[in-house]
Amino acid sequence: MSRNYLNADYNVWSWLFTTDHKRVAILYLLSVTFYFFIGGAAAVLFRLELMTPQGDLVLPETYNRLFTLHGIVMIFFFLIPAVPSVLGNFLLPLMIGARDVAFPRLNLASWYVFTLGGLFTIAAILAGGVDTGWTFYTPYSSAYGNSNVILAAAGVFIVGFSSILTSLNFLVTIHTMRAPGLTWFRLPLFVWSNYATSIIVLLGTPVLTITLVLIALERLLKFPIFDPALGGDPLLFQHLFWFYSHPAVYIMVLPSMGVVSEIVTCFSRKQIFGYRVIAFASLAIAFLGFLVWGHHMFVSGQSLYAGFVFSFLSMLVAIPSAVKVFNWTATLYRGSVEWSTPMLYALGFIGLFTMGGLTGLILATLAVDVHVHDTYFVVAHFHYIMVGGAVMGYLGGIHFWWPKITGRMYPTSWGNFAAILIFVGFNLTFFPQFLLGYLGMPRRYHAYPPEWQVLNVMSSAGASILGIGYLLPLGYLLWSLRYGAAAGNNPWHATGLEWTTQSPPITHNFEQTPIVTSEPYDYQPADKPAPKKVVVELERTVT
Amino acid sequence: MTPDFRLFPESASTFADRVDHLYAFLVIVAVFFTALIASLIIYFSIKYRRRVHHEHVQITGNYWLEATWAIIPLMLTMVMFVWGAKIFLEMRSMPANPLNIRVVGKQWMWKIQHPLGRAEINELHVPMDQPVQLNMISQDVIHSFYIPAFRVKQDVLPGYYSSLWFQATKPGRYHLFCAEYCGTNHSQMLGTVVVTTPEEYSSWLANTSGESSEVAGARLFERFRCDNCHKTDGLGDGPSLTGLVGSRVPLAGGGAVIANDQYLRDSILNPAKQVVASYEPIMPSYQGQLNEADVQQLIAYIETLKPGNAPRPESAAPSE
Repeated sequence: MSRNYLNADYNVWSWLFTTDHKRVAILYLLSVTFYFFIGGAAAVLFRLELMTPQGDLVLPETYNRLFTLHGIVMIFFFLIPAVPSVLGNFLLPLMIGARDVAFPRLNLASWYVFTLGGLFTIAAILAGGVDTGWTFYTPYSSAYGNSNVILAAAGVFIVGFSSILTSLNFLVTIHTMRAPGLTWFRLPLFVWSNYATSIIVLLGTPVLTITLVLIALERLLKFPIFDPALGGDPLLFQHLFWFYSHPAVYIMVLPSMGVVSEIVTCFSRKQIFGYRVIAFASLAIAFLGFLVWGHHMFVSGQSLYAGFVFSFLSMLVAIPSAVKVFNWTATLYRGSVEWSTPMLYALGFIGLFTMGGLTGLILATLAVDVHVHDTYFVVAHFHYIMVGGAVMGYLGGIHFWWPKITGRMYPTSWGNFAAILIFVGFNLTFFPQFLLGYLGMPRRYHAYPPEWQVLNVMSSAGASILGIGYLLPLGYLLWSLRYGAAAGNNPWHATGLEWTTQSPPITHNFEQTPIVTSEPYDYQPADKPAPKKVVVELERTVT
Repeated sequence: MTPDFRLFPESASTFADRVDHLYAFLVIVAVFFTALIASLIIYFSIKYRRRVHHEHVQITGNYWLEATWAIIPLMLTMVMFVWGAKIFLEMRSMPANPLNIRVVGKQWMWKIQHPLGRAEINELHVPMDQPVQLNMISQDVIHSFYIPAFRVKQDVLPGYYSSLWFQATKPGRYHLFCAEYCGTNHSQMLGTVVVTTPEEYSSWLANTSGESSEVAGARLFERFRCDNCHKTDGLGDGPSLTGLVGSRVPLAGGGAVIANDQYLRDSILNPAKQVVASYEPIMPSYQGQLNEADVQQLIAYIETLKPGNAPRPESAAPSE
């Protein structure tokens, strides 16, 4: 095998002190996979508890710690970093024809910060867990809860800095390191969506960071901020928290939208329908996403007029999202569609994200939200966005770029089977929760009235299928590392600079800096050879 | 199959059917667009599958088409917004002459105080066909008062009153939940709403040995010697409370407030927050000595202090 970033050096220090964006991506891949299965294990336990209406498997304290663990780990240690820190880190420099990100050492530092935050969170779990829910609502978290709030909040506080470092790196890299000829409107949409995401992270994360510090001040020093008994305002916390945490939903799903744009074009051999509209839709979502946080607070005691304003603005976010869905669908029209594993994930994403978005409109409608707020309807909705959307996109991306990352091909029949199993298991798990929500089942309930058992059993059965679905890729992807067929540089015949270099790429990505002369997604009919879009006539060659 | 299995909740308030109609509209829109997208994806990916369709045609976009599928969703969402806001406005506009019931949420129970003395825990008796307003506050963390069969929900905050109203339409027993996570036994913070005819409610209400809020409040008023300063003639160290509720109170340092429940509560627990003009800020805080239910009783008593009518119970009459 030729020299590449994987076999450039074998000792452990060459990984722990690497500044190669591809190796940092692999470090993140190992980390987020670990956290994904931790968070998933918690979900398996509480879905088992919910098989029966009585709270009979675990104690209420334990149940509360399990759903809190699931939320904190999945959101802060899997969903937020997954696509940007794994796929983004690996692909961004490759896609723009650069040797690395702008600040390679900062990139490595971000992984250490992430790991430190993870250690605090694991310490909080081992010390007995935390029971505030991932939302840390005050004054429960700041005055009443007896669990390890400070340790867990410290973990989330720290991990925020790793997202900030990654985003800063991406923004500077995209601005300054694009290859000659790679104008803004020739960028792959994956780059655009990570660009929009990075802006949200940079503007939003500091607010969460400060809010967590305020909780610590109130909890440790009785500093009066949120607890009315001390003279504070409990709703202030919710405003600050959702000012970050609503945009965080877009942090989780926008990068996956970028993945879907790459996959859909490749496997329909088409240019994306409405490139600029999709690129600007990402920016519109990033902007509008900051103006809708109050839709989490319609029944919180927030003023009537704030309710009107936030409902109206939330409706508007639907528009750029709807345009994206229609444009992806239109991209298939008169294409040459291949049902590959990544494509199954991408098409699954479009369907599930559509359902997540439309049920989001139901929640944004004031009078209906009064009824379904804080019920399983909300739980179902955001899992359609975050699992049906973000996780499907992430897995689609992993399956799309796995041959590039590892140089190996996985068994595609297993890949297709797992994708379908995950789709079925997902719907069986979360669709019944819409019905439970409208029936009135509140979320975060350890026990529930017996008439809701049938739907809960369906949901738990679905969760077991989903769990197996997620274990399958872990198995066959690891298998492929040793036994998979060599993938070649461009197994999908895709456009994009990352496919012009070898698989796995060499340490500095390109032998020569590429020059871009054509539009993105310039797919040609099968019998016509692709135009020579990468001119390698440059004096400044790279060692 | 468990008993009472159903896919749609019971409908037992004037809001319920209206919310359900709006929900039905939203579900129809959602199902239509999901089916549209799903069938287009399936149709395109079968019709243009690679095996039969090599000659893909490059189409880079179409602004008219894209504008169409931006504007149609926009118009639909505006219908959703206006329809939802209209019902929400009614939910948040308190009715003119409701039956007022006071609620205190605490980890992990609901304490209900009816007018005329009857109190209950984790049960709420209400008459049908009559608007009922709940005035609610939490003793500790945030809770949320939720009756699915009525389609109403309102967070119950510590330190701030919030209110909720409904008009029940069907006798029966309905679930009452705490919908805001409030700690260990959150899922045990349950109750039952019992809707009866007005006559049954009246007889239920009369069947009590407990004292009314006003009487209990009067006893507290006397026990804490509030009348030492708050004399009825206004010549005490504190302002007179007669006719206070609902009036405009000028504040020291300018400005004025309407004396509502929130103002009265704050003035008892945190008197320095808003001091009445021309009085000294000498009142001590009763935080820690009075719980939220006590404060509600005091407010109920203060509400009875109106000029002209002196409904003061004998036991609380200050010695003047």
